[in-house]
Amino acid sequence: MSDAVAIAIGPLSQIPVGEGRNMVVGDRTLAVFHLHGGAVYATQPTCPHRGGPLADGLTGSHTVMCPLHDRVFDLRTGVGPDCSIAVVPVRVQDGIMLVELATA
Amino acid sequence: MDGSVAQTLEDGMMMARQRLVVVGNGMAGARAVEEVLARGGADLFDIVMFGDEPYGNYNRIMLSNVLSGVQDTDGIYINPLDWYADNGITLHSGARVTHIDRAARVVTAENGVQERYDVLLIATGSRSFIPPLDNVRDETGELRDGVFGFRTLDDCTAMMARARTSQTAVVLGGGLLGLEAARGLMTHGPSVHVVHLAQHLMNAQLDVEGGAILRAAMEAMGVTIHTGASTACIELDESGAVAGVRFKDGTVLPCQMVVVAAGIRPNVEVAQRAGLTVERAIVVDNHMRCPDDRNVFVVGECAQHRGQVYGLVAPLWDQAKVFADQVTQRNTGSAYHGSKLATKLKVMGVELASMGLTEPQHPHDEVIRFSETRSGTYKKLIVRDGRLVGGILMGDISKAAYLMQAFDRDSPLPEERLSLLFDLGTPPQKVTLDEMPADAQVCNCNGVTKGAIGACVAAGKKTTKSVMDATRAGMGCGSCKALVGEVVEWFCGGTVEEDLSVHYYVPGIPMTKPELVAAVRAQDLRSVSSVFAALAGGVVDAGSKPALASLLITVWADDYVDERDARFINDRVHANIQKDGTFSVVPEMPGGVTTPADLIRIAEVALKYNVPLVKLTGGQRIDLVGVSKEDLPRMWADLGMPSGHAYGKSYRTCKSCIGTEFCRFGLGDSMGFAAKIERRFRGVDSPAKLKLATAGCPRNCSEAMVKDIGAVAIGNDRWEIYVGGAAGAHIRKGDLLCTVDGEDAAMLITSRFMQYYRENAKWKERTYTFVPRIGLERIRAIVVDDSDGIAAELDAAMERSIAAAYDPWKEATAPKTANQFAEILVPAS
Repeated sequence: MSDAVAIAIGPLSQIPVGEGRNMVVGDRTLAVFHLHGGAVYATQPTCPHRGGPLADGLTGSHTVMCPLHDRVFDLRTGVGPDCSIAVVPVRVQDGIMLVELATA
Repeated sequence: MDGSVAQTLEDGMMMARQRLVVVGNGMAGARAVEEVLARGGADLFDIVMFGDEPYGNYNRIMLSNVLSGVQDTDGIYINPLDWYADNGITLHSGARVTHIDRAARVVTAENGVQERYDVLLIATGSRSFIPPLDNVRDETGELRDGVFGFRTLDDCTAMMARARTSQTAVVLGGGLLGLEAARGLMTHGPSVHVVHLAQHLMNAQLDVEGGAILRAAMEAMGVTIHTGASTACIELDESGAVAGVRFKDGTVLPCQMVVVAAGIRPNVEVAQRAGLTVERAIVVDNHMRCPDDRNVFVVGECAQHRGQVYGLVAPLWDQAKVFADQVTQRNTGSAYHGSKLATKLKVMGVELASMGLTEPQHPHDEVIRFSETRSGTYKKLIVRDGRLVGGILMGDISKAAYLMQAFDRDSPLPEERLSLLFDLGTPPQKVTLDEMPADAQVCNCNGVTKGAIGACVAAGKKTTKSVMDATRAGMGCGSCKALVGEVVEWFCGGTVEEDLSVHYYVPGIPMTKPELVAAVRAQDLRSVSSVFAALAGGVVDAGSKPALASLLITVWADDYVDERDARFINDRVHANIQKDGTFSVVPEMPGGVTTPADLIRIAEVALKYNVPLVKLTGGQRIDLVGVSKEDLPRMWADLGMPSGHAYGKSYRTCKSCIGTEFCRFGLGDSMGFAAKIERRFRGVDSPAKLKLATAGCPRNCSEAMVKDIGAVAIGNDRWEIYVGGAAGAHIRKGDLLCTVDGEDAAMLITSRFMQYYRENAKWKERTYTFVPRIGLERIRAIVVDDSDGIAAELDAAMERSIAAAYDPWKEATAPKTANQFAEILVPAS
């Protein structure tokens, strides 16, 4: 396994509560979600089914629903109904989001 | 911690567990594993499965529904990928097993993956049989572009894509599979021909007369049938593309695609190479075990048992059970004794059941027949020594359950033969359910017996839906749903509970829409998050959010607390999301009326932002398609026009014809009235989209009779108001609600109907469902005659909603949320 390094990706206030935004970190794009209650999750940006933009999806309790064909993924594990998404660990420290990205 | 003891224990457990490797992840492989798990197999085995296709496990029988568009691909999965994870099963999908080393007990897949086994199950199924016709394959030996088998999800997807661009499609094979392919292809546009070698359709299941009835039904639906036709080769054009099918008599049928449905062949190669006995398929004993190797089992279409190879799903359920009984040693006496072939199906809308023989074979075989060609009803039974040995039922298959059971059990038939074909004196249904033995199968797709349903009811499931969810009965082709309901009712002894959840407004909150509205008012819930907190135990269901937002807007109008995350993306960025994640921009254009200056501005904006597609919409407006989210606010600002609201569950558009201004037939100012309607209702939310139209005369050039609400001028300033029309996925002529004097009265009725619909329709329930559900008389009483005395309330509520509506494109310069239209660039540290 490669090493992970924590990268600061800016203040949590950039993402409205209950929504997701795409965040471009170097050459990678992550969909980052800020849920009601304060939980923050980061995933791959597109749905593996037909490439729908997950950051534009509706969020539930620990879930996101792709806006194109309504596949629901668990934001904690990435597990979906017939396909899964990659999840990236993210935490918030002093209002700043930190993602753990694997180094190449 | 005492590491050595723990280590030893773990070793001991590892020794006891065996490795079960399953080659094949189709219906047979997965069903066998389910049966093993049901017998506590998870404690006995580490289970590894290999699947050829890159998917979870799906119901192949449903592919014909996918092809015909009745069901989308999501609906046919039996076990999604997390089922494998949840049950600790290792799945190698997209990995075809190429080698079995029986000495080393190792299987190897094409991609190099190797797995050791203690017990091996071969469930490789079968593939389409492709006859060796000239040009059917290309130089590489693959099926030529434009030639298809009909076996896998990928076949299905490729066929649909090709059919959309083909004028003519030819299906080779007039058996069940070929006819289902034909039915599916029809829905995609091409004219469809079925070419069948035998003299009548479905000759394995039907006799000549049955085949003729089926042929007539198919021809009535537009399929051309060629029977007794022998195909010589596929014709190619000079570019090498499929151009037709040539028959042995020299005639050529031009076409752009060919679907080969000429039967199936078991996949036995890997077993053959491993030295197992293969005749027509892989030979097994009564325990589904290979006689050559007691560690190897075979189930499904690749197994040959007592000389029989089965291509239907029912035998497979029995085989999977026997395999599981043996391999888990739960019931070592369990044995498979073969299956009798009976099938019930629906082909091109014709219901039919077939079992055993299609023609008598012995001089003393008794034939009982009823034929009514006019209605397509045909019944024929073949009786030998008082037992049923064959039968065909078409059109009316109400006796199929009883007859198929009598056939399967070889039970003696009543002397009164007529009662085999018809219900005489209508014996009550209860008697037949009483007589139905516990192991009679109710759902053939999922192999659920009457007894299994009984056990489920006894375990506390008292509604049809909960029994269906738990047993999957009725969840395959769905044809047995009514019977499942009756069996549940029978077991409940009349105490069947209605499943109330079908009436809930959203799944997570056990309330109908009126109950939810009352609770929202009583508890003063003004935001979607407060509804989840107060009524759903804090559990947020993503899909329910827009439905709740719509309800709250209708209840609270300007006092609604608008949480943007509760909106579908279209309503967050005021544009319609497209398949590639871009959006469309549709400016307001009331009644389809525009000006040269506006057109120039739209054209300039389209050029400036390199809009890839400019399209006129069905609602008489201009659609700028393929716009990135970031460009939306800039484009709106440059356009300087209000939103056309072409994206939400809201008032959408009002089409119009040219009305009185220029038309020589016009009786009313439909253009002017349409503009007034659009300016009044724009931005008003509703349970589903509302598409309106006004017509200047009953010629209805603007199609007002097939709109959610349509106003038709009939002269002398009188307007007819039609409601509940549709001409989209569903087609329905609107119902005439009333005829009124003057535009003001027409506007008032339109408003009041719209508000009544907004308050009472279910989420996403279009008016074409709502109007017949409530009933036109009832709607007329409330909206026109004010029978309930709520007209003033409805009018006031609508005025409040109109006042609360605003042009969302103003957010171009005043975003509502952080980064509303942007992605966030994280600066390099």
